[in-house]
Amino acid sequence: MIELNDVHKSFGQNEVLKGITASVQKGEVVCIVGPSGSGKSTILRCINGLESYDRGEISVEGLKVDRDAPSIVKVRTQVSMVFQRFNLFPHRTVLENVVEGPLYVKKEPRAQVLERGRALLAQVGLAEKADAHPPQLSGGQQQRVAIARALAMQPKAILFDEPTSALDPELVGDVLGVMRKLADDGMTMVVVTHEMGFARDVADRVLFIDGGVIVEQGPAKSVLNQPQHARTQDFLRRVLHPL
Amino acid sequence: MKGFWRDAAEFFPILMSGVVLTIVVTVGSLLLSTVLGLIWAMMRVSGIKALSMLSASLINVIRGIPIIVLLFYLYFVMPDLGVTLSALQAAILGLGIAYSAYQAENFRAGIEAIDKGQIEAAQSIGMGWWLTMRRVVLPQAVRIVLPPYGNVMIMMLKDSSQASTITVAELALQGKLIASSTFKNTNVFTMVALMYLTMSIPLILLVRHFEKRAGKK
Repeated sequence: MIELNDVHKSFGQNEVLKGITASVQKGEVVCIVGPSGSGKSTILRCINGLESYDRGEISVEGLKVDRDAPSIVKVRTQVSMVFQRFNLFPHRTVLENVVEGPLYVKKEPRAQVLERGRALLAQVGLAEKADAHPPQLSGGQQQRVAIARALAMQPKAILFDEPTSALDPELVGDVLGVMRKLADDGMTMVVVTHEMGFARDVADRVLFIDGGVIVEQGPAKSVLNQPQHARTQDFLRRVLHPL
Repeated sequence: MKGFWRDAAEFFPILMSGVVLTIVVTVGSLLLSTVLGLIWAMMRVSGIKALSMLSASLINVIRGIPIIVLLFYLYFVMPDLGVTLSALQAAILGLGIAYSAYQAENFRAGIEAIDKGQIEAAQSIGMGWWLTMRRVVLPQAVRIVLPPYGNVMIMMLKDSSQASTITVAELALQGKLIASSTFKNTNVFTMVALMYLTMSIPLILLVRHFEKRAGKK
């Protein structure tokens, strides 16, 4: 349902994506791993048009992703995003954060949306925080609200941009737990992450990216357990055994 | 001292009629400058180059002209161009335009202080430019903008006295008229100063309240 065909992207002189071709099927969980600066996050940001791309084509459900075209709204309502730094709206309550998109972008009936919002908060284990404001919550709780906000749009896929990188280590598990449940329920997910355990257990496929190209890809267990490429082996050794 | 109180009782009603006009000018030009300032600021952050440049040059032109010259222009020159304004209209228009430049820069600073992640989050749930502004950026920018906005209110109150130069009989001009006909300069201008101060104090307290609230977050 998400197709990338020879996607190139430069920031000034610096070419960060050098021809990415990949696809994500419905119901699939794809983890993107790789060293920092390799272009992982840029791929996600291009998929929902937060970033433009210079060459190639990206499409979602057959709809071309073009951030300057009106159709970008349709893409974004189908593909939600969860950010590294949560980016919740601090001036609105937790429940208001969750229902903002359905109410004001999709213009769904209020009562129905509020009910769904509360159900989603219960699903991520934060039903009792509905009326709190985001700054009052821990990082892990904020990220679970952000996931509920993404789900409230009833998207066909969710993009996760290093969702646990800004969290204290003891809070990572709660967020990964929610994501694992989503994967089990059949949600299509693209996850940029450094959590190799999550990638190995939950992902259907892993893409290893370095220097703006896909170095290696395949079923999660084979890429992570028996990497073929020297750069993948080197990266995994350093991530798994930092000492 | 006894003389002061007697004069005070005598001049108070006349000065109060000036206070009324001072308030009318202040409130009128505050509203106008807020609306214009918001428009300039929105043009500035619209991301559309022509609008942004137009707004930047407008702001610079307005900033580069003294308020008093702007008032003279509106009141004395516009009639030659076929637009006749009453002194009060010219005063409100002139002060409103002059202050819109400062308001715009203040609003722009508030808008640009909002974390880029907020805008990306809004976009990621499908919000367009205007909805992002209305639901996400402006409500957060208000907190940042309010303390300097309060200061503008105080400056505006005092600068409304410049309307006296185009015959608006507000507090300063009423004072001057009484003083020049009675020669009681000390008593009259002491009263005028105290009356301005009395009007400023609530505004000063308001600014302090805004600052505390913005500081709390």
